[in-house]
Formats: sequence, C-alpha cells, structure tokens
Amino acid sequence: MKTDILLAGVGGQGILSIASILGEAALRENLFLKQAETHGMSQRGGAVISHLRISDKEIASDLIAKGSAEIILSVEPMEALRYLPFLSKTGYLVTNTTPFENIVNYPNIEDILNEVKKQPFFIAIDADKIAKEIGNHRASNVVMLGAATPFIQINPEKIEDGIVHIFRKKGDEMVQLNLKAFRAGREFALKNR
Amino acid sequence: MQKNLLLGVEAVAQGSIDGGISGVYAYPGTPSTEITEYIQENKLAIEKGIRSKWSANEKTAYEAALGMSYAGKRSMVCMKHVGLNVAADAFMNSAITGINGGMVVTVADDPSMHSSQNEQDSRYYARFAMIPAFEPSNQQEAYDMTRDAFQVSEETGVPVMVRITTRLAHSRTGVERSEVIKENLLEMPDDPSQFVLLPFNARKRYKSLLNKQELFEQLSENSKYNFLKIGSDKKLGIIACGIAYNYLKENFSDKECPHSILKISQYPIPVKMLAELEKNCDEVLVLEEGYPIVEEAVKGIFKKEIKVNGKLNGVLPRDGELNVDIVSKALGKAINEGPQIPELVVNRPPALCQGCGHHDMYQALNEAVSIYSKGRVFSDIGCYALGALPPYESIYSCVDMGASVTMAKGAADAGLIPSIAVIGDSTFTHSGVTGLLDAVNDKSNIVVVISDNESVSMTGGQESSALGRIESICEGVGVDPNHIRVLVPLRKNHDNMVQAFNEELSYNGVSVLIFRRECIQAMAKRKRMEKIAKEVSLK
Repeated sequence: MKTDILLAGVGGQGILSIASILGEAALRENLFLKQAETHGMSQRGGAVISHLRISDKEIASDLIAKGSAEIILSVEPMEALRYLPFLSKTGYLVTNTTPFENIVNYPNIEDILNEVKKQPFFIAIDADKIAKEIGNHRASNVVMLGAATPFIQINPEKIEDGIVHIFRKKGDEMVQLNLKAFRAGREFALKNR
Repeated sequence: MQKNLLLGVEAVAQGSIDGGISGVYAYPGTPSTEITEYIQENKLAIEKGIRSKWSANEKTAYEAALGMSYAGKRSMVCMKHVGLNVAADAFMNSAITGINGGMVVTVADDPSMHSSQNEQDSRYYARFAMIPAFEPSNQQEAYDMTRDAFQVSEETGVPVMVRITTRLAHSRTGVERSEVIKENLLEMPDDPSQFVLLPFNARKRYKSLLNKQELFEQLSENSKYNFLKIGSDKKLGIIACGIAYNYLKENFSDKECPHSILKISQYPIPVKMLAELEKNCDEVLVLEEGYPIVEEAVKGIFKKEIKVNGKLNGVLPRDGELNVDIVSKALGKAINEGPQIPELVVNRPPALCQGCGHHDMYQALNEAVSIYSKGRVFSDIGCYALGALPPYESIYSCVDMGASVTMAKGAADAGLIPSIAVIGDSTFTHSGVTGLLDAVNDKSNIVVVISDNESVSMTGGQESSALGRIESICEGVGVDPNHIRVLVPLRKNHDNMVQAFNEELSYNGVSVLIFRRECIQAMAKRKRMEKIAKEVSLK
C-alpha cells in the first residue's frame, strides 16, 4: 500500500494541520510516513505545498514524483491546478471551490472550476460554506481532509483519533467542531465521487 | 517502539540534546530556525538547563559556542547558509584554534532559494576550513550524525559541520533516539596557548590542522555513513551525496539498482572508495544537492579518463534543488508527468499580512519620496523586503543583513541625496548598528527607517535582540536625539508620518525614524501563549 498526497493551498490556510492529522493517523496504523512542507517566506500569503507520503514499506524520497500523486488535496481552487503535473492517471483532484483572492490578477473562478471539472476524477466542494454551516469557517481545512478520505487507505476512525489528538489542547469544543467538519466533508465526497 | 515524528531540523535538535550539549547558539534563518526553537521548547532540554536564547547574529552565536567549547562543554551553533558568511571569520579561525568541548556547526542550505537570496553550498566552507562535515541523507541520519558529530569533534579536536538542505530540514518522518549522553564537566584546555592565534601560535596550530587531514580522510573511509556497493552493471557508477541518495533509491524502489553506488555523507571525500568505484565503471554520474563540489573533485581524483556526468556537463541542472524527476531524467528514465498546468494559473508570491505596520510605513514613505526621482530607497532582509513588490514597489535593494544602512550611506556619499534605508528592528541589531556608526562618523546625509515590529517576523516571530533598545542604541552611536523620532504606523497617523519624513529628508545629517507597532503574527502567537498560560494557572 502506498498513498502519495499533494497538499496545496495558500500560507495560513491550514494545510500543515491536515498533514499533522494524517501523520498522526499513519503512525497509529504503524505505517511509514514522509511529509515535506513549506516554511519561511511563502507562509506569508504565498502558494504553499506539502508532499505527504504514506506507505507500508520504507519511503526513500521526501518529494513525490511527477505523475504519481494519488490525491491532490487543495484548500484553494487555483492552487489545485498548479500541481496537476504531479497527479497520476488514476488520481483524484480534491479541491475547495472557495477562492482565496489575495492577488490582483486572480483569474475568473468559473474558468478555474471548469479546469477542475475537466479532470477525469475530481471532488469539488465548497468547504468554506460547509464549515460555516457547522459553526466555524476556519474548520474548512478539516472539511477538505474529510473529502479526501475515501481515497486514502487509512481507516477513517484512525484519522478521527488523529483529529482528537491534534485539537485536544484547544479544548473539547474545537475537537467536536472538527470531527463534525471531517464527517461532513467525507459524506460529501462519498455522495459525489 | 513508536518512532518520534520529527522534521529534519528537529532531528538535528534532538540529536544535539541527546549528544550532550550544554548550549545552542543561533540567529533565526530559514531553513534552520526550528532547530533552536525545538531545543527552547524541549522538556528534557529545559530540565537540563541547556542554554538556548537567541543571539544577536550568527557571528556572536558562533563565538559564544566556541567559548562554551573552550570551557570544556559541548556546544552547537546553527544558522542558514548565508549566516555562515556573517560568522565566517570566527568559523575559519575556529578550525585553527580547534576546540576543547565538542563543537558542531549546523548549517542549513537553501537550494532553489525558497527563502533566501542565494543558494551557496556550505560544503565549500567545510573544505575551506579543512574540517570534517556530515551531510545526512534522511532524518534518522540527521539525528545520528549530529549526536555522533560531537564525538568526532572531540576525537579530532576541531569543530565539525552538519550540512542539511531545505527539503530534509522541513520534511518529517519517524526517527529513533539513542541513549542520552551526559554533559561534559567544566574543563580548561590542556594547552593555554591553543586559542591564542598570534602568528607564532597560529602557524603551529595551522600545521596541526594540516597534519590532521589524513585522519579526517580515514574517518570518512571508515564512516558508517559512507559506503560503496558494487553493482552488476559495470558501465555506469553513481555517486550520491546526502539527500540525493534518497532520490536515487526512489528510482529503484521496486528493484535492485544494477549500478555501483558510492554514497557520501561524510567529508572529506573518501578517496579510496572513489578509486574503488573508478575500477568498476566506465562512466560516473554525480548526484549532489547544491554546487558541484564532489563532481569537480572527482575529476581531479580519478586516474583514468572517465566521463563524469553531473551539473557541469548539463546532465543535471546547475541551479535549484534536486528531486526524484531530475534524478530519473539523469538516469535516462521516462517521466510520466500528469496533466499540464492550465494557462490561467498565475503566480501567488508572498505578501505582507493584512494589518501589518509595514503597510502604513510604506504608504507614508511612498508619498514622501514621490517628489524625488525613483531609486533612493535601500532595504534589507526581512518581511519588509516584500515592499519591492506591488502595490508599493518602494525599495531598490535587498542584499544582505544590514546592507540598507551602509548602501544608503554610500549612495549619499556619491551624491544621491536624499538616500533612505529601510531596515527591521532585529536586522538592525544583527548588522545595522555598525553601519549607522559609520554614517554618524562621516556625517552622511541619510534617513534610516527602522520598521520596528518588535520581533523577528519572517522566520515566525522570534524574540528580537533589539526589543526596547533601539532609541538608546541610536543615541549611543551618536545620532542627534532631535533626529531620532518614534512613530506608530497606523492609517490614522498617515499625515504625521509623511510630515516626519519630509522634515527628516530635508535635514542634512543622519536621521532615524522608528515606526513601532508589534507584528500581528507575533501578537497572535503571544496572545495564544498567554491564554494557554492563564488556563494552566487556573488549573
């Protein structure tokens, strides 16, 4: 078993939290894991990326090879497209549809979503809207994580354990909110895959 | 046993704690910052009282680490690659003095310049200083090598370098720890003249360093981190250094690699291993992240004329970091690239955070300088360097720590008046103060803007050495107190700020305008910490 996941977004959108939760879950499943992330200058509103590799065998490279990511999981729609060369032929593009417009030349969102829909396998989900309905728009990253889980070979209960572990120090309310966000994202993807 | 999930930088940090350090010295710089942060927050390190506060710059950090080594204890100094330029004087000479307690210099290079102004390769510095260097290929080696490096330092009597690159620094995986080594006791150097580099001593010390070169090479030949594996294919041999070894392995993840492989993770280059490789191939491919230092060296070491492929003959790109695909291509393999990036995708460069005080400073600055021709604002290393990008496009230089003040001074000396420097608080105490002293002594006609957000922000809001000291420092170096002005960069103060600029721009001498408002990221971090501290105290 091997899952290469490319996490994409804009600095500050919480892709590192997604990576931490999956990392925790992978450890609980006794799997090997490598996760490369972006620190430094790009974290100030720039494009950020994390290569997350999970396997039942030892992993050599910290970076995913082009054409071999099983999932591109993006919390921002234009960022989802930036890494398409990494997607495998059978891979899923899982993206949030709410744009993060911090640049003046941000393209038309409809054009972006059309590009997303050109992919053979995709999930396009308005994670911000779902997170808001649940109670906090900041949980949209965890909605996105939920939406990717049908394609990740880790027991979703273990990922929920990971969520509990990561958010525990922020209080029970945050744990419950994020579990709800996670389940909502997963449900959407299972219905719309 | 459950392994610890650690970033490469954290593995270095844990390796140093378990390797028995009594102190770590550093100035923040991507991708090295988290080494020191990890030690600052590590429970064991706190219990042991390992010294870990930030230093004013890499040179002060380096010298303090050398002082701790002088006193017999193990010390580590960490920096990003360009930080070693700042510490280079101390670094080069510490190879001559040698050490007493084990001393490790961890340098994090940034190929591809993710967060840097160049991609210099610190292995050249190790060779320049003629000291041993380790280059881990993975996080486990980062841990093991750092822990071992203190031992090697004490055995050889010189500081030892651990060189990592961004990818390894900021990638996490499971790491197994070894037992914790006890700290050294306070113990003076055996030879009281060891650290006295007067010429007659320095000549002796230098000879001793030269005499040790053979030992360093032997250590490399026998290192558990270097190995030669002879393959069945006698045509191509591969040399893989540091993290490049992982990308090579990834290319043969489902089958045995038929080529002979020489993995190099400890320097100087193991020459005998190289000679053995030469016997077993007609052609060699050198995979290394950074400059082609090994590639250049093997050409001089190989006895027969064999083709050396790498960065110098274009088989690998000369710049940027390596990855699996680049290595695949060098091996002649096809890359199964996924769909192309649609044309509508545009770049998303980093930007100043919303609500950051630098915005207000730049708005005022732009208005004040709009009456002059362009190109008069020299800036520095920090978030405010983003003032080069739209919408402000205010600054015309960003070279090295502290260069804003001195370049503005030089330009003013040349007759470009007014010339303005824009520098951050922490960069100012890192390397701006001495330049300001030059300007005062020369009565240069410059305006120095210190955009003081009371933290080292680009690297994540570390404590600034300048905190609460800027006015007194400026007065101390001789700036006229009437021309040291403190402003609060908020939109409502815009007109006042523009007026202050106008007044100081018309003053013939050194003026310092301090724009002070806490970094909003640092403020958010502080409030989170205060909330946690409050909750803990309530329990």
